[in-house]
Amino acid sequence: MSDKIYGIIAEFDSPAAILCAAEKVRDAGYRRWDTFTPFPIHGMDKVMKLGNSLVGWVSLAMGAGAFASVAGLIWFCNAFDYPLIVGGKPMFSAPMTFVPSYIMLIMGSAVGALVGMLGLNQLPRLHHPLLDIKRFGLASRDKFFLVIGAQDEKFCAMETRKLLESIGGVNIAIVEDSD
Amino acid sequence: MAESVTKLEELKRLAPPAELRRAPVVEGRPNLGALTDKLSAFAEGKTPVWWWMFFLPAAFAATVIFPTCLFYQVFTGVGVWGNNHPVMWGLDIVNFIWWVGVAHAGTLISALLFLTRQHWRTTIGRMAEAMTVFSVMMAGLYPAIHVGRAWFDWFMFPVPNSNDLWPQFKSPLMWDVFAVNTYLVVSSLFWFMGMIPDFAVLRDRSVTRIRKTIFSFLAMGWTGSARQWHNYEKAYVVLCGLCTLLVFTVSSIVGLDFCTAQIAGWHATIFPLYFVIGAVFCGFGMMLVLLIPLRKWCGLEGVITMSHIDKVAKLALVSGLIIDYIYLMEFFIAWYSGDPYERWVFGHRLFGHTYMVMGWILIGVNVCVTQLLWFKKTRSNLALLFIIGLLINCGMWSERFVIVVGSLYQDFLPANWGKYMPTRWDIGLYIGTLGAFFMLYLLFVKFLPMIPISEVKSVMPEADPHHPLGGAKNGGRK
Repeated sequence: MSDKIYGIIAEFDSPAAILCAAEKVRDAGYRRWDTFTPFPIHGMDKVMKLGNSLVGWVSLAMGAGAFASVAGLIWFCNAFDYPLIVGGKPMFSAPMTFVPSYIMLIMGSAVGALVGMLGLNQLPRLHHPLLDIKRFGLASRDKFFLVIGAQDEKFCAMETRKLLESIGGVNIAIVEDSD
Repeated sequence: MAESVTKLEELKRLAPPAELRRAPVVEGRPNLGALTDKLSAFAEGKTPVWWWMFFLPAAFAATVIFPTCLFYQVFTGVGVWGNNHPVMWGLDIVNFIWWVGVAHAGTLISALLFLTRQHWRTTIGRMAEAMTVFSVMMAGLYPAIHVGRAWFDWFMFPVPNSNDLWPQFKSPLMWDVFAVNTYLVVSSLFWFMGMIPDFAVLRDRSVTRIRKTIFSFLAMGWTGSARQWHNYEKAYVVLCGLCTLLVFTVSSIVGLDFCTAQIAGWHATIFPLYFVIGAVFCGFGMMLVLLIPLRKWCGLEGVITMSHIDKVAKLALVSGLIIDYIYLMEFFIAWYSGDPYERWVFGHRLFGHTYMVMGWILIGVNVCVTQLLWFKKTRSNLALLFIIGLLINCGMWSERFVIVVGSLYQDFLPANWGKYMPTRWDIGLYIGTLGAFFMLYLLFVKFLPMIPISEVKSVMPEADPHHPLGGAKNGGRK
């Protein structure tokens, strides 16, 4: 067991309590902290100032890339490498490439959305220090957790614990970094 | 105790009058913990007898009948089917369209209803998505073997080769390859992504080591942090938008396969829309067939409530009415066009001696039986709804038969006319795909979270930080 500290965890009972606690932790000036909840909490993005997720941009980039590549592929196949006359139509025209390109845009964007989500969330990961905490299993059930990371500039085992106690956290514990 | 009494009083004070209230998504007001237990119970509990009773025949069809018919056809040739000149598209294409159709309602429920913020969809969304994924699998198989020489399937993909062969991208049949593959990939991704937080739920609840290992692997280290949820929600809404596009794209392209042909009865601009709506209608029928028994046998009556069934039935009614309108238009245009071939084909759909039975099943079910769904009495009678769901599936199957075979068997030259009758290999393969579908579905129901646990919790009042039940004071006002 290493003696490195990952952070301090506190447990809350309701969505309103965790939202209120998050506001107070933010106002206390902490920056490296996160909340862990069984479902997304309405308004938490704003409280944590998460801004707009980049997933949309990853998805757009992959989709646009797929669209352009397929249009290019069709030009290469049917107009450049082996020109093929079908029904007296032009070798290459934009409307004719639209449907397959558009379909592959959907495919590319969808893969982009999933890969972007996993990448930005740093998943898949084999281990997380919080998963060693027994009560943390309830984070997927009906409890709400707030963790202040030890890497935060303001982190101080005593002071941070006091803050968490004062905002109503229970079962406050130190999380050890087992990595 | 005192606190919860005041919460309830506050709730009563704030509640809208009874006639304005929406039906609750989950009945019985379970708290979040109890709800989690309830929703994971089936995947964690002992396998019930009924499951085996359905699983074993389905597995027999899937692992014996299905490969037998498949391999016999692949090794011998398409001649084992009833397909022959002039009916070159037989049950293989009928079943392809039918399976694609079943898929569509699943995507509509899970994606389009998410975008329109219909909270009731959360409880049935996962089951609908699973229906989509498995039926697209079955659908995709048919064109692959219908080509006759399945070992040349790679011709459909732009793979560099020494013959300098490239696909001909101007053909809707080629677009179909892209559409069906995309549909399979995107709906599987959507289905899988939705399950990640629920895998984490099952991981955290698991008691045995093997369950813990499997679900830890599937959950990929999900912790449910606000940052994860933030990206997850964005990805989810993007995927919903993309899946909604697919609802309108895939069947449209299948429709284009038909309407670009010159055959009377196919050559109509209404086809893309016709196929989309038909697909959705058929899928809602299948949804009723799956939901009604499963909610009872899996003990989910409080989660998939009568209100859910009622809404699915109403959606079936709406799509059925649009289908009826399209039938009317088809017959009207056939008459109004003055084209003798069109008139001949449409006249023979109902009064031709060969396939008129299929034509009347189509009218009888899709036009007449659907009208029963107008009545609240029908929509609250589960046995009747189940039968209507089955009938809708039969009706839509016969519609595809009428379209495919009904137009092909009598074309412009009487000397060219012929008959089509499916052989045992056609029917065996269909039974095989049905078996494979139900086998996969039963495995899904038993081993995976069939109700989206975290999503259902997120629409409960207990999950709303501005609701008294979510812990908010002063009615959520600060």
